Amino acid sequence: MAAALFLHFLSFVPVSAPLILALETSCDETAVAITRGGEVLASEISSQIALHQPYGGVVPELASRSHLPQVRPLIEAATAAAGVTLAEIDAFAATAGPGLASSLLIGNTVAKALALACDRPFLAINHLEGHLLSPFIGSPDGVIPCVALIVSGGHTLLVHCRGAGQYHLLGRTKDDAAGEAFDKTAKMLGLPYPGGPQIDRLARGGNPAAFDLPQGLRHSGDFSFSFSGLKTAVRYTLDALPNPLSAPMQADMCASIQAAIVGVLVSKTMAAAAHTGENVVAVSGGVSLNSGLRSSLAAAAASAGLDLRLAAPSLTTDNAAMIAFVAGIRLAAGHTSPLEGDVDPNLALVTA
Amino acid sequence: MTADEAVAFGRELAASVRPGAVVALVGDLGAGKTHVTKGLVAGLGYAGEVTSPTFTLVHEFTGPTMTWPVFHFDFYRLRSAGEALGLGWDDYLEAGGVCVVEWADLFPELLPPETVWWRLVVLAEGGRRVERLEPGDVVGGETVAGPAL
Repeated sequence: MAAALFLHFLSFVPVSAPLILALETSCDETAVAITRGGEVLASEISSQIALHQPYGGVVPELASRSHLPQVRPLIEAATAAAGVTLAEIDAFAATAGPGLASSLLIGNTVAKALALACDRPFLAINHLEGHLLSPFIGSPDGVIPCVALIVSGGHTLLVHCRGAGQYHLLGRTKDDAAGEAFDKTAKMLGLPYPGGPQIDRLARGGNPAAFDLPQGLRHSGDFSFSFSGLKTAVRYTLDALPNPLSAPMQADMCASIQAAIVGVLVSKTMAAAAHTGENVVAVSGGVSLNSGLRSSLAAAAASAGLDLRLAAPSLTTDNAAMIAFVAGIRLAAGHTSPLEGDVDPNLALVTA
Repeated sequence: MTADEAVAFGRELAASVRPGAVVALVGDLGAGKTHVTKGLVAGLGYAGEVTSPTFTLVHEFTGPTMTWPVFHFDFYRLRSAGEALGLGWDDYLEAGGVCVVEWADLFPELLPPETVWWRLVVLAEGGRRVERLEPGDVVGGETVAGPAL
């Protein structure tokens, strides 16, 4: 409490663009990044660092309290990569939600402890806002009004962004996320995990019209998604086919699955752009790496005269650079977060 | 049973659960486990969308509209029982809510004896059937225990 009051009275005067250190521990990945202005100086992720840990062989466990032993080596790696010391950091940030309570707590508590120890402000950041704004990291324009599609294993949503901090949710999935639809149908096809990249690869040699698979809610007239029906349709289609599928038939099935998922994502994103009148489309999240989605979005955006902004590949999956980026924008606007603030597994994007 | 009927079944389940209850749902991909959970969560007062927790591992429904909190788990992506414990599984069991677990058969040893087990079966002729597993039935290599007396 005393520390929070102290921070409340601490006036923050930026002399140059502030150095931000952010932690992201909302789900599987433990990640630490350091940014200055819009520039990413370091972005470390546990799944990478496990490969070169001196005592080697540490398999990152899924989404668990195992974030804890990874945080310190990641912070050390990030400060080393950025060439800065903790004492030089101007603000500490962490993802406060949505995500797993037990995982979020690790990053939050470490960032708050560092903020307290270094007498610097703390910022609690929304994970989805990080994804949403990640296509603008490093962009000379900064954050500009857009329609944003966030597609990952855990999330599928369309947001109207009028500017940083001004978000209106247009629609989201009613059941499975798009990335989950890729992975679960891949599993039905006997493909190894994660299945999304496997389907992407095999789809290149297949006929996307070979199987008539449903594009959930394609004509619902709103911006909601549903991928659960696709899973069921693939299941019944496979039951009627020889098992295992021949290679050409497997490629056709992968191409058809990808076409069904990509078709509805692209059509609703374009409809959202038309509905809002925005001419910028920002796409983020792990599924934005799918080559079929990228090429379909590029073609649709070009024919509609829209400016397509895709998150850089290294920033599509969960990372802390996007959290630091948002924290930098918040800090520049004069906002900080209280140390008493709690994590929120269901944290919603602020609407304005 | 259609998807809508799976949701309706979940709503029926909502009337029978109490804080501390554990509902285990087993069945293949696309069998309707998330639909049943949607009905159960809606039946306990949640008005929003209930999405799959496969990637996010657990969803918490704890708003003021809830009769009781619901914790919606999916063990599909976990590789060990230890990972479930790392999520705080034992804390959730003691949290005074209802725990619903998809793919519970992957780690049946984690489920307490009072767990009520339901299996969703996809029928070859289309549709689905839901069956309650009884004490003595084997699921995931473990025998379903009876309620603690």
